[in-house]
Amino acid sequence: MALATNRKKKLWPYILLAPGMVWLVIFFIAPIVKLVSTSTQTQGVNIGEYVQSYRFANFIDAFTGAAPQFFRSFLYAGLATAFALMISYPLAYAIAFKSGKWKNTLLVLVVAPFFTSFLLRTIAWEQILGEQGLVLKTLRFLHILGPTGHLTATPFAVVAGLTYNFLPFMTLPLYASLERIDPRTLEASGDLYASGFTTFRKVTFPLSLPGVVAGTLLTFIPAAGDYVNAELLGNPQTKMIGNVIAARYLQIVDYPGAAALSFILMATILILVLVYIRKMGTDEVV
Amino acid sequence: MTDASKSAKGDLKLSSLVKTYGEFVAVDDLSLLIPEGSFFALLGHSGCGKTTTLRMIAGLDEPTSGSIHIGNTDITYQKPYDRPVNTVFQNYALFPHLTIFENIAFGLRRRGIKDVKEQVDKVLNLVELPHLAQRKPTQLSGGQQQRIALARAIVNRPALLLLDEPLGALDLKLRRQMQIELKWIQTEVGLTFVHVTHDQEEAMTMADTIAVMNEGKIEQMGSPADLYDSPRTAFVANFLGQSNLIKGRVVDSDGDANVVEIHGQKVKVLKNRSVAKDSSILFGIRPEKIRIQPGAHQLSGCVLEGGVISDVSYIGVSTQYQVEMPWGQELMVFEQNDDGIPPLAKGDPVKLSWETIFSFGLDGSEDASAGSEVNPDED
Repeated sequence: MALATNRKKKLWPYILLAPGMVWLVIFFIAPIVKLVSTSTQTQGVNIGEYVQSYRFANFIDAFTGAAPQFFRSFLYAGLATAFALMISYPLAYAIAFKSGKWKNTLLVLVVAPFFTSFLLRTIAWEQILGEQGLVLKTLRFLHILGPTGHLTATPFAVVAGLTYNFLPFMTLPLYASLERIDPRTLEASGDLYASGFTTFRKVTFPLSLPGVVAGTLLTFIPAAGDYVNAELLGNPQTKMIGNVIAARYLQIVDYPGAAALSFILMATILILVLVYIRKMGTDEVV
Repeated sequence: MTDASKSAKGDLKLSSLVKTYGEFVAVDDLSLLIPEGSFFALLGHSGCGKTTTLRMIAGLDEPTSGSIHIGNTDITYQKPYDRPVNTVFQNYALFPHLTIFENIAFGLRRRGIKDVKEQVDKVLNLVELPHLAQRKPTQLSGGQQQRIALARAIVNRPALLLLDEPLGALDLKLRRQMQIELKWIQTEVGLTFVHVTHDQEEAMTMADTIAVMNEGKIEQMGSPADLYDSPRTAFVANFLGQSNLIKGRVVDSDGDANVVEIHGQKVKVLKNRSVAKDSSILFGIRPEKIRIQPGAHQLSGCVLEGGVISDVSYIGVSTQYQVEMPWGQELMVFEQNDDGIPPLAKGDPVKLSWETIFSFGLDGSEDASAGSEVNPDED
């Protein structure tokens, strides 16, 4: 009897884990295995038919064909992450420490864009930056842009779109880690002869580092793989790696090439993230 | 930051300090002089204004009016980081991202001192935790964190050290031990300590001078013995230890004592121990000063007759009696268990007596229960 209940108790964790494990196996592990196996296949007899031939040269071919887009992806994602951090830090700081009774309202406003689709919001940016938009008219009026100057179909528009779309992913972790700081440690810093700026440099910012790391990762990773912003707001010279993968898959029907690129992208991001976390010396990310 | 203010030394002087939050008056026209080098306690319930007073001295809150001086330097509107004042915060507020060594060195480094090691090691030895220098605060126990918070403040050798309920988060045994240590460290370093607490025993154990605060004002200030033996308000009489306060009338004068009539019986109080303004008086006597005797005995000093024991609690060193008097009031009597006679029993008729020098007189218009209500959020 006692033994039976004991065994039951030991089984419980596995029973609770089961749904999540099944989900992971079906929707994560299986696609990855499929992706990796596709990446070394070669063209079969018919179009769209591929056979496994363990051709690892696929990776080299794929990479040499899309190297510029690769570097551009990481450049744009890096810029968007930097801009998002610059915009989000003061915002998160204000919400955490200075907003008083407006705190919840402001948090809802940060999340509010999620109530419409990602695609719609990006299309809206086309309008905002487009010929009829106020931004362009203002810039032309101020002679910052010439009469034929434009904003859409430029790298600026792509980076701006990326920054905008992933801003909440930066703001929320920053807010969470700033909000966790005990205000008394800040008072203690002032009490121990640190001015406001020194307190920020020596206490507030170091204590918010977990949020900075989490926010930059949550912005950089999806931004590096994004293709919607480059598709809608860019031009052929601003294509990112996501656009290349999409084109290979859907238009060229080069499944092994698309799979190889996807794999390289994932591996690169994984390595970058690991190096970054190492460097920031934090293991309490997210 | 000016060097003159950082090196300010001398007595702390609060003059007509007021702090209001909207309609609420947290600190009400408070004036105080705290001599250099003393251990001073501000004692009161939560919400009495003691923490607000401390925060104004630290520069964390700005007074609505009034001024704060250290020696001859006016620090009323100085930034906290410009004041020669350091605080030991209630929950320590150690910097979680820094090691213990860097926590303690923080204030020294901010003042541009390069070689901090010697000074940090010295205070670490003072609080007897030199082996923890490289740990992080979260790896320390509550008592250890408390000592580091203290070390972090005193390493700066401020003119004034403020302690905001520093022992509140520790368990009873550790608190007792830390009280003795704090007192020792204060003597050792010779700084002025201003200590805020709601624990009257803590204040009495450590402080040279105690100011009892109530509703933003100081009720009474003096040495622990002063406050205990000669309370001047019902609040102090009840808040520091326990008191029996009985309504009476001054009916006669007998040399240096007043004769007080309590429901037909007569007792005495020394004139210099009574603050009653007119014949209406609140007559006070501490429970442990009262002798309790079965009915028949002949007694000296002041005597009240006709009591009946309504409750007996035996607590080892003493026995505590509740005695119901003929006019319905219950009086407390603490009797030392040092005579080998078994305690009296519930229902026994008794007489109460005490030496006249122990009784004290308060203003008759006071509320006899002021300060005795137990605050549920405090221990």
